[in-house]
Amino acid sequence: MKEETIVSGRMNQLIDPHLHIWHWQISLYLFLGGMAAGILAIAALYFIRGREKDYKTAVRITPFLAPFLLVLGLIALFIDLRHKLFFWQLYTNIRLQSPMSWGAWTLMVITPVSFIWCALHIKDIFPRWDWKFKILFDLESFFNKYKIALAWVMLIYAIILGIYTGILLSAFNARPLWNTSILGPLFLASGLSAGAAATLLLSKNTMERKQFARVDLVLIGIELFLIIHMFMGFNASTQVQIEAAKMFLGGPYTMSFWIFVVILGMLIPALLEIMELGKFHIPAMMPAVMVIFGSLMLRFIIVYAGQVSRWLY
Amino acid sequence: MTSRRDFIKISAMGAGVLAMSSGTYGAIKLISSPENASKLRVDLKRTPTYCEVCFWKCAGWVYKTSEGKIWKIIGNDEDQHSNGRFCPRGTGGVGMYYDEDRLKTPLIRVKERGKQVFREASWDEAFEYIAAKMKDISSKYGPESMALFTHGSGSAYYTNLTKAYGSSNIAEPSYAQCRGPRDEAFMATFGEEVYSPEITDIRDTKCLVLIGSHIGENMHNGQIQEMSDAIDKGVTIITVDPRFSTAAGKSKFWLPIKPSTDIALLLAWINEIIFNDYYDKKYVEKYCSGFDKLKEHVKDFTPEWAYGITTIKPDLIRKTAKEMADASPSVIVHPGRHVTWYGDDTQRVRAVAILNALLGSWGRRGGFYRPAKFAVPSAKIPKYPEPKKTWTDAFPGKYPIASSPVSNALIAASIPENKPGILIKGWIVNGTNLISSIPNRPDTIKAIQNLDLIVAIDTMPMEITGWADVVLPECTYLERYDALRISPYRKPAIALRMPAAEAKNSTRSGYNIARGLAVNLGLEAYVPFEKQEELLDWQLKQIGSSLEEMQRVGVKTSEREADDLYFAENEDVVFSTDSGKIELFSKAFEDAGFDPLPKYVAHEEPAEGFYRLIYGRAPMHTFGRTLNNPNLTDLMKENSVWVNPKVSKEWGLKAGQYIWLKNQDGVVSDFPIKVRITERIRWDSIYMVHGFGHGQKQLERCFGKGASDTQLITKVLIDPIMGGTGMRGNFVTFVTEKTEKEVAS
Amino acid sequence: MRYAMAVDTRKCVGCSDCVVACQTENNVPIGFCRDWVVEVMDGTYPQLEMEIRSERCNHCENAPCVRCCPTGASQKIEGGIVVVDHNKCIGCGACMASCPYDARYPHPAGYVDKCTFCEHRIKNGLSPACVAVCPTKCLYFGDLHDLNSNVSVILKRRKFKTLIPEAGTNPQLYFLI
Ligand SMILES: Nc1nc2c(c(=O)[nH]1)N[C@H]1C(S)=C(S)[C@@H](COP(=O)(O)OP(=O)(O)OC[C@H]3O[C@@H](n4cnc5c(=O)[nH]c(N)nc54)[C@H](O)[C@@H]3O)O[C@H]1N2
Ligand SMILES: Nc1nc2c(c(=O)[nH]1)N[C@H]1C(S)=C(S)[C@@H](COP(=O)(O)OP(=O)(O)OC[C@H]3O[C@@H](n4cnc5c(=O)[nH]c(N)nc54)[C@H](O)[C@@H]3O)O[C@H]1N2
Ligand code: SF4
Ligand code: SF4
Ligand code: SF4
Ligand code: SF4
Ligand code: SF4
Ligand SMILES: [Mo]
Repeated sequence: MKEETIVSGRMNQLIDPHLHIWHWQISLYLFLGGMAAGILAIAALYFIRGREKDYKTAVRITPFLAPFLLVLGLIALFIDLRHKLFFWQLYTNIRLQSPMSWGAWTLMVITPVSFIWCALHIKDIFPRWDWKFKILFDLESFFNKYKIALAWVMLIYAIILGIYTGILLSAFNARPLWNTSILGPLFLASGLSAGAAATLLLSKNTMERKQFARVDLVLIGIELFLIIHMFMGFNASTQVQIEAAKMFLGGPYTMSFWIFVVILGMLIPALLEIMELGKFHIPAMMPAVMVIFGSLMLRFIIVYAGQVSRWLY
Repeated sequence: MTSRRDFIKISAMGAGVLAMSSGTYGAIKLISSPENASKLRVDLKRTPTYCEVCFWKCAGWVYKTSEGKIWKIIGNDEDQHSNGRFCPRGTGGVGMYYDEDRLKTPLIRVKERGKQVFREASWDEAFEYIAAKMKDISSKYGPESMALFTHGSGSAYYTNLTKAYGSSNIAEPSYAQCRGPRDEAFMATFGEEVYSPEITDIRDTKCLVLIGSHIGENMHNGQIQEMSDAIDKGVTIITVDPRFSTAAGKSKFWLPIKPSTDIALLLAWINEIIFNDYYDKKYVEKYCSGFDKLKEHVKDFTPEWAYGITTIKPDLIRKTAKEMADASPSVIVHPGRHVTWYGDDTQRVRAVAILNALLGSWGRRGGFYRPAKFAVPSAKIPKYPEPKKTWTDAFPGKYPIASSPVSNALIAASIPENKPGILIKGWIVNGTNLISSIPNRPDTIKAIQNLDLIVAIDTMPMEITGWADVVLPECTYLERYDALRISPYRKPAIALRMPAAEAKNSTRSGYNIARGLAVNLGLEAYVPFEKQEELLDWQLKQIGSSLEEMQRVGVKTSEREADDLYFAENEDVVFSTDSGKIELFSKAFEDAGFDPLPKYVAHEEPAEGFYRLIYGRAPMHTFGRTLNNPNLTDLMKENSVWVNPKVSKEWGLKAGQYIWLKNQDGVVSDFPIKVRITERIRWDSIYMVHGFGHGQKQLERCFGKGASDTQLITKVLIDPIMGGTGMRGNFVTFVTEKTEKEVAS
Repeated sequence: MRYAMAVDTRKCVGCSDCVVACQTENNVPIGFCRDWVVEVMDGTYPQLEMEIRSERCNHCENAPCVRCCPTGASQKIEGGIVVVDHNKCIGCGACMASCPYDARYPHPAGYVDKCTFCEHRIKNGLSPACVAVCPTKCLYFGDLHDLNSNVSVILKRRKFKTLIPEAGTNPQLYFLI
């Protein structure tokens, strides 16, 4: 029998920090950031490809969610900080090796961009909108002129943001569950999927809806592929990663992960979307809400489980 | 104590994904804000003290912040007891001062005993109340009917007071619950005891034999330091313990003995050492008497014989005997300290003493050294009145070898049904928590219920203060002067304790309390100095120092008068025994009707489903007194019951599960205790750390945490030689669910 | 200069004095700790072995906590000591998540705190509080670049290991075995 004991009484969640480093705030922050990234990337992509007319909701309407999501995300991040008054330190330092740092800076870029994008389309929502000041009219026309460039910036930063939500975690060698390069693409795909779902939810145009059901299906397929790959990778790796994977393969997170994330968040909505494409009438809301919920749960579960996984020594 | 990983798993499941709990960091109280950390460096003030967290009495320095707040306690480099390093309890001593649960004012009981309803009182009122009762007892029953139970550095004051009052019934739990058997066994053999700090020359030993003494968990500072030094020098450690103790983990040989059979092992070692001519012949010839009788006595006690009793393989017994012989005379068969185990303890330690004599370790480098002590005069006081009766008259003929009053005999003498030759009617209890230190608790309580007066002097609201008529709150050692520390050691030394801070609330120092009582009893002449500082200064000036000097240096060490730490080659030594020799065969024991040579007698075995209850120390706590100390509580919040995996399997016990323990007399522990499944304990015994399971609600941090071993020790194996209370003859079983009746009681 | 600590697991008795001394010296709030003690026991009665280790921040040569800190609050100072600048730390927890040894804790005041190798003491020529107090003298501290320092000497004489070397952190806390 092997017995490992901390004899100095450290077995205390107040002291063992890995039990309580990050709570709902970071999970929510990662989810909101990911979903905003998905929405903005899709909008930018379709705009660049000149499909604005076909996918009006995706390009012009859904992005209105993004600033809210981003600001909410930033608020969540802020709430998570324990030394809040020193928040500004994030923006007096550029630390290239710190994902947290470049995440903060990415948000610094993409949040205003998302606001500008919305401003350019505000008349789609409020047809009688008036900027009132000349400078604002000038700005609007300036950005309209360089909208393609703006779209490129938005696309690139949205993808960085989407990947960042995963990299933030996967940079931590100390937490075997997070320490996989698949987390970046997986969170990006999940963010895109949530973004596509948002349009599915908002769009009144059947063709657009069908298109986004198809997009979502592809994304779900990619996510499933990545998830399977992730576990295969873990199981082919070191003991600590095998232990980490066990949490999902029979361990404490098995039920929540497979039920909430995979079945309710991917398989069932995928099925519903297939049915929708196959001309069954399904309320579009259902799969969309499920996908978004699944995407949220994915963040929660990975953030929590990751903190539990650790090196053994 | 689950493992770290198990704990994480549990908590991860408990937390659940959806339980969006945020941290609870905000709820923590700061002792001192971190901003002070930089300021702390400047303008340091330090004052000398010696530690009172246990009885090793390490000297050190109390450091204060620039604001005068007590910050930390560090050992004094000049001090032999600590060598500049305090143990965890001493380092955490600051918490005694900061503990918010401390006693604050004198209290006088207003409802019947045990109900614990008190009113606050002024010191004068409390003194008058006690003096009136004591005078009453003196006139009704004679002053001999008062008893003093005391432990720790305040003992001197109350001893003086009690003697001045006319009683010599003064007992310390460090005798009959602790070192008594050892002292008597060594007295009988070498004519000298091993003192405290023990005169074991561990730092220079080549072979250290630990019979139960769990140095490393028993955190007596000097011993652990020297054991570590000896490890560096390649010492062979032989540990005899049914449990894989920390020391066993550092040992070359661990003898996992069946509890209660140590005498058989010791006799086999003696046999092996004599019949292989391993013993120090010159030494035995020159210094010892009774060798032939011993040789004859042990001739049949072979390792094979002992194997059947102790479960230790003959080969291992032989190898370890050889190991000791090879190291002789630099070998220590450690006398132990808490030795009141099975009622034949004086005899067991006698066997230890005999073994040391055969190996020639007494008076030799790496064995036992000769201690030296400062001679400091005490204040001139009138002669004490001669008591007409003493504790020995309570039960004539009992414990003939006891050289100090036996605490449990005084307790028995307080119960009228026992028909004692002298009935005790009043107790002063200072610095000892009798309820958790004396086994068979119901007897102690019964005795208390028959008293006319019980006064408790303590720093904390402990079980004993709950039973008192009057509670007198002493300030902690960090807030007071005390008597000089004058312990024997390698070099003579004295150490000063002085206040580092003012006494909190309306607490007072022991000296002041004792003097207050003396004044009220008309015994002022026995405490001639109003202030202790004056007495200390007077004393110190007699030996060429002064209070001012000691306040600066804390410790004063001088060289020995002669180079006599060890016996010189061929030195003629007269031992303080009747024969002037080391008595392998004890005539004194024989005359008193006891075995002159130790014999093994089998002890009762646990019944089916029961396990022997054995207990010990945890390095970060001293008995129950540190459990509420904010700096120490967290290190070990509760004790656990150590259970062998075979046993836990049989009972279906899970690690971390809370259960109750029930002893052979049907006593169920008041509080549940956590199961620790571990290979470190035999399958016929369970182990727990002593001191836990406090039932005093005012102890906020430790109330109800863990279970009390004392509560389960209702069967006491009394040592007929000196009255020691053997506490390891109790057996417990597991109770997974407590019936309502049991919970209520 | 390269400060390092060695812990003699054969002498350590697990008394936790190092923890208490660190707590009082550095005003570590009650309930938290910068160092802790682990006991590993292996075997079947009575064939047992035990290792006791006093652990703390490893002051990693390749410190992930420094790398991932977004503000530069976690930093390496002279002698390779990893410290946290309380006035730069925003309490984001990234460093805690990045430490494979769980050596950091969130101070109730908001910032993250950890072992400093008692930098305030060593620059005054004192040894760290835990080293100075340890009753078994099983902690050795000093400069690895000084071949005569306590720690260099003992590492030359004895076999040692580090914890999770495979994490690539290059820890500077050595365990003598
Ligand atoms: N940290 C700390 N240190 C202390 C104290 C404290 O409260 N806390 N108290 C101090 C005091 S006053 C004293 S007296 C000493 C006591 O310290 P010791 O003299 O070392 O006490 P023991 O009772 O001999 O030690 C208990 C050990 O005996 C073992 N044991 C139990 N039954 C048997 C048996 O039948 N045979 C053998 N061979 N071993 C057995 C137990 O497994 C345990 O390891 O400690 C002192 N040091
Ligand atoms: N079951 C069981 N019983 C045992 C033992 C065991 O291992 N198991 N060990 C035995 C041994 S070896 C011993 S030495 C005895 C020890 O027995 P005790 O000396 O009774 O030990 P503690 O339980 O620490 O009680 C000490 C009391 O003194 C108080 N105190 C602390 N500091 C001061 C002070 O400065 N002034 C005053 N006035 N009071 C103070 C504490 O609050 C506490 O109430 O217990 C013995 N009894
Ligand atoms: S051994 Fe520890 S508790 Fe005992 S006197 Fe020394 S420092 Fe204090
Ligand atoms: S103080 Fe020393 S012996 Fe005690 S636990 Fe710490 S390192 Fe080990
Ligand atoms: S042990 Fe942890 S906190 Fe210390 S330097 Fe290494 S990674 Fe950083
Ligand atoms: S918590 Fe503080 S030290 Fe740690 S990474 Fe964040 S800013 Fe840096
Ligand atoms: S070196 Fe200083 S800060 Fe680090 S654990 Fe030791 S005492 Fe604490
Ligand atoms: Mo004792």
